[in-house]
Amino acid sequence: MSRLFYLLPLAAFLFFAGLAGYMLTQDKTDAVPSQMVEQPLPDFALKPAVDGIPGVSRADFVGGAPRLLNIWASWCLPCIAEAPHLERLKEEGVEIVGIAVRDEPEAVAQFLERHGNPYSRIGADEISELMIELGASGVPETYVIDAEGNIRYQHIGDIRAETVPMLLAKLEEVR
Amino acid sequence: MIRALLALCAVTIAAPLLAQSAMPPAPYAYVQLDDPEQEAQASALMETLRCLKCQSQSIADSDAPMAGDMRHQVRTRIAAGDSPTEIRAFMTRRYGDYVSYQPEVSATTWPLFAAPLVLLLIIGLVLLRRLGERRGAAPTTSRDDGERT
Repeated sequence: MSRLFYLLPLAAFLFFAGLAGYMLTQDKTDAVPSQMVEQPLPDFALKPAVDGIPGVSRADFVGGAPRLLNIWASWCLPCIAEAPHLERLKEEGVEIVGIAVRDEPEAVAQFLERHGNPYSRIGADEISELMIELGASGVPETYVIDAEGNIRYQHIGDIRAETVPMLLAKLEEVR
Repeated sequence: MIRALLALCAVTIAAPLLAQSAMPPAPYAYVQLDDPEQEAQASALMETLRCLKCQSQSIADSDAPMAGDMRHQVRTRIAAGDSPTEIRAFMTRRYGDYVSYQPEVSATTWPLFAAPLVLLLIIGLVLLRRLGERRGAAPTTSRDDGERT
């Protein structure tokens, strides 16, 4: 009994070493999921981020078909990568509402000119207020909002070609 | 080839410059509240809220623009009369336990609190056994000595 007892520390060490080894083989995600999924959108009203495109408020998400809320910024590199895929979603008839985080009107205009404009509206979130309200931890992020203004799904990171059908399915699901 | 390499250099060097917002920080990101008591409350809270953009820093430690925006939220909410507990609840309602450096007992965190108690219990049991053995046996014929020879 007592000899086995002395093996306990070794067993504990092997357990933790094994656990560490196992964790190393697992995919690591830095993503912090929002707890706001399945919650109603908070009340907000953001002024236009650029001349000529209207700003965004909660009322813009009520009625009609489900929409996408895309959090992006002109200074964000993955946002350039996702621009063509947003364009595809728009071609599929999806309304995409943009939130430009910490952005300036000139920079937004330049980005849209260079990479296209898939947005029906773009609100300016100058000090990340709406971002924090939504539980978003970075740009870009995309939310599926149903026609009652409830958050139904959160996609963290840029939209890729393979994300497009998934988002279309989610939009259909909450219709 | 050389042109491609140069272009690659340009892209990799320029990227970090582009990856940050050029906008000025939020009004209360780097500005203290006028009331020292409120500021003390706010900064104590900021020490225990985790920056979402950076590894293992509190929002008080981090220079990330988003950490500044979160400090602005904390300060303006304190100034508006919210309690630190309410503000922490506001943050965890959005970001979950991840955002708090002050863990509470929950379905995922209970081992954190249980482990020290279990260890203390084991130590107590071992001590009891040892002391009991020593008291029960004669000094020269203790089992430990027997095994060593």
